[in-house]
Amino acid sequence: MSTNQPEVIHVIEAGKTEITYWKDLWKFRELFYFLSWRDILVRYKQTAIGVAWSLLRPLMTMIVFTIVFGKIAKLPSDGAPYPIMVFAAMLPWQFFSNAISECSNSLIGNSNLISKVYFPRLIIPTSTVIVCAVDFAISFVLMLGLMAWYGFVPSVNIFALPLLFFLVTVTAIGPGLWLCALNVEYRDFRFIVPFMVQLGLFVSPVGFSSSIIPEKWRLIYSINPMVGVIEGFRWAIIGNESKLNTDVISISVVISLALLFSGIWYFRKTEKTFADLI
Amino acid sequence: MTIINVENLGKKYVIGHQGREKYNTLRDTISSGFKKVGSLFSRQNTEPNGEQTFEDFWALNDVSFDVGEGDSIGIIGRNGAGKSTLLKILSRITEPTTGKITIKGRVASLLEVGTGFHPELTGRENIFLNGVILGMSRTEVKKKFDEIVDYSEIEKFLDTPVKRYSSGMYVRLAFAVAAHLEPEILIVDEVLAVGDASFQKKCLGKMENVGKEGRTVLFVSHQMSSITRLCKKVILLDGGKIFKYGPADQVVKCYLNSGIGTSARRKWDDPAKAPGNEIVKLREARVILEDGSVTESADIRKSVGVEIEYEVFKDGQTLVPNFHFYNEEGICVFISIDQNTEWRHKARPIGKYISTAWIPGNFLAEGTFIVGIAISTLNPVIIHFYERDAVAFQIIDSLEGNSARGDYAGPMPGVVRPLLNWKTRLSEN
Repeated sequence: MSTNQPEVIHVIEAGKTEITYWKDLWKFRELFYFLSWRDILVRYKQTAIGVAWSLLRPLMTMIVFTIVFGKIAKLPSDGAPYPIMVFAAMLPWQFFSNAISECSNSLIGNSNLISKVYFPRLIIPTSTVIVCAVDFAISFVLMLGLMAWYGFVPSVNIFALPLLFFLVTVTAIGPGLWLCALNVEYRDFRFIVPFMVQLGLFVSPVGFSSSIIPEKWRLIYSINPMVGVIEGFRWAIIGNESKLNTDVISISVVISLALLFSGIWYFRKTEKTFADLI
Repeated sequence: MTIINVENLGKKYVIGHQGREKYNTLRDTISSGFKKVGSLFSRQNTEPNGEQTFEDFWALNDVSFDVGEGDSIGIIGRNGAGKSTLLKILSRITEPTTGKITIKGRVASLLEVGTGFHPELTGRENIFLNGVILGMSRTEVKKKFDEIVDYSEIEKFLDTPVKRYSSGMYVRLAFAVAAHLEPEILIVDEVLAVGDASFQKKCLGKMENVGKEGRTVLFVSHQMSSITRLCKKVILLDGGKIFKYGPADQVVKCYLNSGIGTSARRKWDDPAKAPGNEIVKLREARVILEDGSVTESADIRKSVGVEIEYEVFKDGQTLVPNFHFYNEEGICVFISIDQNTEWRHKARPIGKYISTAWIPGNFLAEGTFIVGIAISTLNPVIIHFYERDAVAFQIIDSLEGNSARGDYAGPMPGVVRPLLNWKTRLSEN
């Protein structure tokens, strides 16, 4: 075994970030698959209504929002049926909020692994995002069903969805990394995160179109990176009438990337103390 | 060829007093921040009341050693000597505070049997998951899959979730996966404290083979017999430093004879060095089984005796032997005082005595217990001697299902593990 393999040399030194870290991350990519696979398997084995649950949640929220904002408050719907407009935003929002909550608990939930084996810890929060992607796929199918029901034909912009999905993933991982690392040191983030997510649902334009926000506040509003993401999704699904505001999207991309890189930086900085704290 | 080189390794922990939790809460951090800001404005000295104090604790300090290729190295030392910290740093689980380590080759560490096993997943699924967690690639696990299943003897239950396994099956499967790792360097913590005698034998045999195949093994244990059997060289740690590093038998002997080691039997041949005073002196202390044989480890279901021999030099004293039992974390589990009426209030004639205290089976939890031995006189209290860490023994929980853990194989916290009398009845239908 040892003879036909190139020699591996590890140098462990105090305070030095390892040069092999990113190489290790690649080496442990199978662990990434297996942890995602485990989480998906367990999730759908444990809850009898596993799939039903991931259908029911966005559907119920959509119905409530349609009644409250569409029927009672009579907010504009950008030319699409109100449920479709809401659901186009529910897709990225559901994914974002799930990913953030799952990420922030992921390290604590895998504390037995962290205290007993070595691997680049980045694998844990990022692999949980995959489970949320499965839910996203399920919701997407639901969205297609909803379109068929309303006889709504999506615009060609829908081909931009993969790119937008990539954007929402980046937007979710950044804060996710911050929160999971902070959660190891400050356990009260466990209570802060659900509150933040709940608040975010109303602050972000999920139940209503961002067109109701006065023009002069738009750019400030889009400091919340989910504003750009949601607008992008609506533009891709509903099409022409809700035109793409490139300024808003650009701000969103910049903020998402800033959160991502600072998240990686903070995670890497605190990573080596996880085993001592957890 | 040197395969592991450790230079000036140190690991510092900061311990807080005043019952500080292991982790912070944001609330505390913020409120202590406000306190600091507040003290800038107010002239009063707010320092002393209620402030937390912190203390540095070096779990490892200036540790340097080399390990050659194919060496089997044992790491011994009493609790808190830094053994686990050393293993954790070598396994890259935690970062050192000072120093440098160079390791040539793939490292696999087994700090626990069955790390990452998920109860909801089947045996087959867990073999893959656990294999990958321990550092194997998927193709490697696939290649060895049949071997692993053979070794674990559970092929009938491969597609059953492991939560339905008996504890014996669970441990067998977990060890089977670990046994098929093929790293150049294997790091093993005391995983052998779980499992029955035949399982332990299997583990030791497997590790012996790994050593014979020319791979490097680092092995932590409290059991001196397995250390001398498996390891050529031994590192003796004490207080975070290397006390001795050399051939296994020499270091183990040094450990057992010097004050820093604790074994199941201690004898004080030289009366000048024996604990005691002009009234009474300790001669020997030992841990025994029901048949009177000295033992390092005992089955959790069987009773264990602590026996002392001592000599009384002065007539007319009332003497009360008492034993103090500590666990690995240094927690006092209990103190036992001789209450037998035979000598309780009676003046003792000069002579040699033997006193034995029996700890019932199904009482102590598994793990290592360290016994402090004292002989006192009461009213007024005179402590003739107190020999701290006089003897030690290990309790091993069987996995046969009739101890207090029953069919449960996971970790069980607690210093005692009594088998209680449970009753469940249907009260309404």
